[in-house]
Amino acid sequence: MSVVEISGVSKRFGATTALEGIELEIGEREFVSLIGPSGCGKSTLLRIIGDLIDPSGGKIVVNGKTARQARKDRDYGIIFQDPVLYDWRTVAKNVALPLEMARWPRQKRMARVQTMLELVELTGFENHRPWQLSGGMQQRVSIARALSFDPALLLMDEPFGALDEMTRERLNMELLRIWAASGSTVVFVTHSISEAVFLSTQVVVMSPRPGRISEVIPIDLKQPRTATTREEPRFFELVTQVREALHLGHDLERAAPATSQQAGA
Amino acid sequence: MATMAAELPVERRTELIRRAAARVGTSILVLAALWGLWEGYRWLWIHEGWTWPFVVNDTTMPHLHDIFAALWGSASPGGVGPRLITVLVKGALFTAKEAAAGFAIGALGGFALGVLLAQFRLLQRGLLPWIVASQTVPILVVAPMVVVWANPKLPDSLKDWGAVALIAAFLTFFPVTVNTIRGLQSADRRALELMRSYAAGDWRILWKLRFPAALPYIFAALKISATASVVGALIGELPSSIPNGLGAQIINFSQYYTTQPRGLWATNLIAAALGISFFLIVLIAEKLVVRRAPENLV
Amino acid sequence: MSSTAPAAVQPVPRGGLGKLVGHRLIDWLPAVIVLVGIVGLWQGLIVWLDVQQFLLPKPTAIASAFWTDRQELLHAGWYTFQEALGGFALGSGTAIVVALVLARWRPLGAALMPYFIAANAIPIIAFAPITNQWFNGGLTKSSKVVIAAILCFFPVLVNTLRGLTSVRPQDLELMRSYAGGQTAIFRRVRIPNALPFMFTGLKVATVLAMIGAIVGEYFGGALNALGVLILARSRIFLFTQAWAGVFVACLFGLGLYLAVALVERVVLRWMPSTLE
Repeated sequence: MSVVEISGVSKRFGATTALEGIELEIGEREFVSLIGPSGCGKSTLLRIIGDLIDPSGGKIVVNGKTARQARKDRDYGIIFQDPVLYDWRTVAKNVALPLEMARWPRQKRMARVQTMLELVELTGFENHRPWQLSGGMQQRVSIARALSFDPALLLMDEPFGALDEMTRERLNMELLRIWAASGSTVVFVTHSISEAVFLSTQVVVMSPRPGRISEVIPIDLKQPRTATTREEPRFFELVTQVREALHLGHDLERAAPATSQQAGA
Repeated sequence: MATMAAELPVERRTELIRRAAARVGTSILVLAALWGLWEGYRWLWIHEGWTWPFVVNDTTMPHLHDIFAALWGSASPGGVGPRLITVLVKGALFTAKEAAAGFAIGALGGFALGVLLAQFRLLQRGLLPWIVASQTVPILVVAPMVVVWANPKLPDSLKDWGAVALIAAFLTFFPVTVNTIRGLQSADRRALELMRSYAAGDWRILWKLRFPAALPYIFAALKISATASVVGALIGELPSSIPNGLGAQIINFSQYYTTQPRGLWATNLIAAALGISFFLIVLIAEKLVVRRAPENLV
Repeated sequence: MSSTAPAAVQPVPRGGLGKLVGHRLIDWLPAVIVLVGIVGLWQGLIVWLDVQQFLLPKPTAIASAFWTDRQELLHAGWYTFQEALGGFALGSGTAIVVALVLARWRPLGAALMPYFIAANAIPIIAFAPITNQWFNGGLTKSSKVVIAAILCFFPVLVNTLRGLTSVRPQDLELMRSYAGGQTAIFRRVRIPNALPFMFTGLKVATVLAMIGAIVGEYFGGALNALGVLILARSRIFLFTQAWAGVFVACLFGLGLYLAVALVERVVLRWMPSTLE
């Protein structure tokens, strides 16, 4: 059963074509990374799935419904590169925000907040303020918040982009653990080839001008991924495969400018 | 960053012209709406005979076109003599002189004080609370004493209006000082470290880094100070019996309000124009100097 | 304000004296020393330079004049303070309501903002005699309340509106992802975000309110109003007593400022205290 079905989706901003002819299907419990250079439309695509941007054309089905209905039913949680935590709320209240909006009774809310903070290993920080936490910890709070209402789908827009490599690798492991435990489906936008390969079941390589999918690469590394996964030969092969797909898309774009570029700025 | 290339491509220029035209268009709309509101309120209150919050009639709320007509009429109730608008504009220019002088003194003094206090933390901690407290002194009552004290010390050409300029300067300097301090201290820490790595001395850093960083803040303060200097000049004039300024006209027309209400309203219009002009001048200066100035201000 | 890495540079000075001087009690020691120094210098200079008493009396003379007349002065101060307080409440309250409305219909707010900023440049002092005409010839508090209210209105409006609208796109996207409508966005994001801005405006307004009341009284007010009292005394050359009145005016003005600053401290206790 697919969680996300995208057919023929396109998006134009004025004269620029951000996305064209996107066809993608994401099945349950998959971890799909969108990777590509700037301007390939990956963040735009993510937001279209989340009904934060309207597509110019095409069809999207999320969880068996329209994207708008899925958003209204709170079927997904979203995480940005910026943790977007509110300074005037404690960590606990930040995590509770979507639950408050869904009108959960207080007891249930507090219990769930506790569970989520345990999941991201931040117990004891309930009454801290966001500015008292490091960037990595803030991002973990943001993950806790996104998962608090058990969404079927998790949308993540370069969530670890602002963190250092070691924190990043640690959070990658945590994310995989959480993904396995929660059973949700993840769409993950990233710049990092190794991160994409390490985390995903499929890597969607995109290229710009116009934004399109150039290749979908299945990742057949063993689950669950561990620290040693990065050292396996197969890992390097897949990283190379993704890299070559990226270069191909880039070279194609340089060799023959797409028609939309004539109308572009 | 703060200043960019001087040449604007043609598209930018037409865009700017278009935006200016739009701004003029909306201004006309807003003024028309205000005029409509005024006349509408007036008509409704008179028609219904409501007395709250206050009674509306020709004296308390003259027709706007009457006020404008009065500007073109004579200043004195007898019907002879110079036009009201001439009298008022003359007064406004005199007040403008005081305000401009006060603005210059206050801005420069405020800036210097700000630099000093930003550089010497101990001085800042000692003086700033009292500078803040000084702004709660009602200048209106202190003004005559300032005039009496300053006049003997000033050369003849500067008498009276010079003293008022000092009062205007007093209201002007405070926002400039506070914002200069904040602006100078707002420099990005990493940029500071970069300067230090170039072995740049304190004054170099001040000039090349802190000062440009402080410019948006200073201009935000200057916009407030522009208004404050006009208010300060008027407040200085009012109790000090200075005949040539707009303040004297305010007193004059407030005394004759019941017989000639439109005079005071007309004076208000000219005073408003004066205040807004000062503000606009600083606004334009800001747009020229700090291209990227956001329209944020207190 | 949501948590990001370096704070965005936005030249709207926020945070009050505490941020500039320091939060600890010891930070205020230099100020106390300076006060003692100023008062001492004042007294000393007048005696030494033999300054005319009528221009600037000795601090000791002012202190004793204050003490002698303290009943009358404090009563008058309280009267005028009520005008200032009324104007502050009326002006700020209206401004906040208008700001909320304009934040709800943002294109209107953005279009009108420059005009509010320009309107703030109009010297209200010329308007004071007219309000006196409107309200009982200036003999009651109402006309001064109106003047103070007008003075307070624009700073509070401009600041509050700025706070309500300076929300980042991601904050809005996050709320949309929770299927949050306009009301939810207001309640959970815009209003808390606006509070620091609002308090900046309120603190400016406190100072303006007291000044507005006294300016209004210049053109006419009850006999037991502080402004009228001070002016009456200076007109009959009782300058020491007039200065004692000025001192009382400062007290009330500062009092209002500190009261608002205290409320701000409590309401905004979640703000990171920057120890620059």
